[in-house]
Amino acid sequence: MSATVFANARIVDPSRGLDETGTVVVEGGVIRAAGAGALNQGAPEGARAVDCAGKAILPGLIDARVFVGEPGAEHRETIASASQAAAAGGVTSFIMMPDTAPVIDDVALVEFVLRTARETALVNVFPAAAITKGLAGSDLSEFGLLHEAGAVALTEGRRTVDSALVMRRALTYARDMGIVISHSTQDPGLASSGVMNEGLLASWLGLPGIPREAESIPLTRDLMLAGLTGGRYHAAEISTAMSAAAIRRAKNDGLSVTAGISINNLCLNENDIGEYRTFFRLSPPLRGEDDRLAMVEALKEGTIDIIVSSHDPQDVDTKRLPFAEAEAGAIGLETLLAAALRPYHSGDVPLLRLVEALSTAPARLFGLPGGTLKPGAPADLVLVDLDAPWLVREADIRSLSKNTAFEGARMQGRVLQTMVAGATVFSA
Amino acid sequence: MTDTLAFPLFPHRHLLGIKSLSPADIEMLLDRADAAVAVSRQPEKKLATLRGRTQINLFYEASTRTQSSFELAGKRMGADVMNMSVASSSTKKGETLLDTAATLNAMRPDILVIRHSAAGAAALLAQKVGCSVVNAGDGAHEHPTQALLDALTIRRAKGRLAGLTVAICGDILHSRVARSNIILLNALGARVRVVAPSTLLPAGVEQMGVEPFTTMEDGLKGADVVMMLRLQRERMAGSFVPSVREYFRFFGLDSQKLKAAKKDALVMHPGPMNRGVEIASEVADGPQSVIQEQVEMGVAVRMAVMEALLDPRRNAGGVA
Repeated sequence: MSATVFANARIVDPSRGLDETGTVVVEGGVIRAAGAGALNQGAPEGARAVDCAGKAILPGLIDARVFVGEPGAEHRETIASASQAAAAGGVTSFIMMPDTAPVIDDVALVEFVLRTARETALVNVFPAAAITKGLAGSDLSEFGLLHEAGAVALTEGRRTVDSALVMRRALTYARDMGIVISHSTQDPGLASSGVMNEGLLASWLGLPGIPREAESIPLTRDLMLAGLTGGRYHAAEISTAMSAAAIRRAKNDGLSVTAGISINNLCLNENDIGEYRTFFRLSPPLRGEDDRLAMVEALKEGTIDIIVSSHDPQDVDTKRLPFAEAEAGAIGLETLLAAALRPYHSGDVPLLRLVEALSTAPARLFGLPGGTLKPGAPADLVLVDLDAPWLVREADIRSLSKNTAFEGARMQGRVLQTMVAGATVFSA
Repeated sequence: MTDTLAFPLFPHRHLLGIKSLSPADIEMLLDRADAAVAVSRQPEKKLATLRGRTQINLFYEASTRTQSSFELAGKRMGADVMNMSVASSSTKKGETLLDTAATLNAMRPDILVIRHSAAGAAALLAQKVGCSVVNAGDGAHEHPTQALLDALTIRRAKGRLAGLTVAICGDILHSRVARSNIILLNALGARVRVVAPSTLLPAGVEQMGVEPFTTMEDGLKGADVVMMLRLQRERMAGSFVPSVREYFRFFGLDSQKLKAAKKDALVMHPGPMNRGVEIASEVADGPQSVIQEQVEMGVAVRMAVMEALLDPRRNAGGVA
């Protein structure tokens, strides 16, 4: 593989706190140098030079929460189609949720995902395994064997472990195995038949609401158990000021706790549901604007560590239904970066912090390669025009499912080229 | 009614909820319905206004009362009426609402009347069919013809709605009737109260244009109209209220509790009634009850709505 020299680019590398104009040299699948002084030793012989004036190079995005339909629902999304969407969105690695059919709760399934990814995927795919067998909430899966086979985290996917005892054991045992428990919390009893944020809007629409406490009650329980066990806990997607306060407190207490947020809860609020638009039926539900603003603040200050797409492909059969009967979820790989740039363009969150939350931090949290432009790191990177405007159109979507919450949205910031290990996997 | 052109053109293609109607739209439908009452009271009740038009009643929830009211209204206007009780047919085979809608649409009806357990179902259907859609109740969202018939009943008894105090009592949380009535009564200048245990009040109720009360005595004080809602027996299982007898003791309307309201207050109920749960027979059958009038007004209002939607001044397909 010949060398490439990206010249005159704005280089944003949170792993070194770097945001400067300079050059990135890629050779042999790795980054040779990146920064203002990258050409001090001269360009490699025969290198292809690319002028990147006015554009930015970021470490490739690492999306820690992606649902894929393979195995079991390949009409919604395959590992290959998800990887194409990822590449187009500047995502060079993603963690795949275990909510498949069959559930990823067994070494053979982890191996299946890794093999299929190796053979068909454009980007790096890392499986997460189920905390409990069959996601049934009772018996622990084989954490150690799953981890050895390549599972990078344990999660119950869309579900919440109901039993405090099971969660305690999971955190304790996972600590010994050196693996992260990533958990999305919603108390099923309190949420009941709820389908959107509880409040005036839900009341007028006649839709059952989900109180914010339904997220915070099991989250608070988990944080106490993280304190009890010393286990490594990641709140997969929080959506309320109340949850952010709980995470802030746990971090201040010195617990080994981190948090993520879905891009949807960062960019949208419950008013987007309008008249029963099912593409905005999400989990966690879209909250009020007060909560959204609190999320932006929590991201900025670092209470929220990472941003995920919560990419969740749903087809016509599960979305073209009355709101309360539709499945929750929206795709998000292709729009993740552009949507995440909104708080940058609005001046609310600095670019370096956003890129950290999209790339460097998830790599660190889950022990994945990438998330950096340091010399010697794999050349997983994305070339972006941070200002280019574009319109999200259904016809352009690469995912097999088209359930985007950003249909028709105006975006600012376009992926021009995506590289995984030095190979171009997408180019606009 | 004898001369549909005497009324202005109704500016909507569908009737999905009261929310999209202006006060003028509502008044016009009530005026039309007044004329329809006269038709229904004649020995010869059949008009030719909707002759040749096809009306399909698509009921995903069983409702003898509402469905027969729509059927009779259509027939009195001269339309061909077909009833589809979907609860017992294709949905059991897994067909979605929109697939059923597409099938029915291909039969070229002029008006589809839909009752569905999911909020927003009527609006979803309206996006996919070429004819007018009337919402006959969608989940806990809206039931516009019920609110119109309630308003007509009140207007005929009291001569107006503006300035009246209306207390809506019971399961507000799950009630589409309550939502449609709250919007309509506010639009026409009535003062609206809701009376229920807080477990049956929706979140943010104080911002919905009503004054909430948790005792019948306070809520009914000086009311001109007492509107009772049906309490589904399933609500006991959901821990909304502990038992029927407790509910009746505190929130059931009997002659004692009714004394708090004005002497000439109207007693209303959308039906079907649970006697001894939300209402005592002595009140339901008493002199202040207008529950039977509500049923009569129901047919008239539905005649008026369909006539307004299928105004011949529009294209034949019902598209404005």
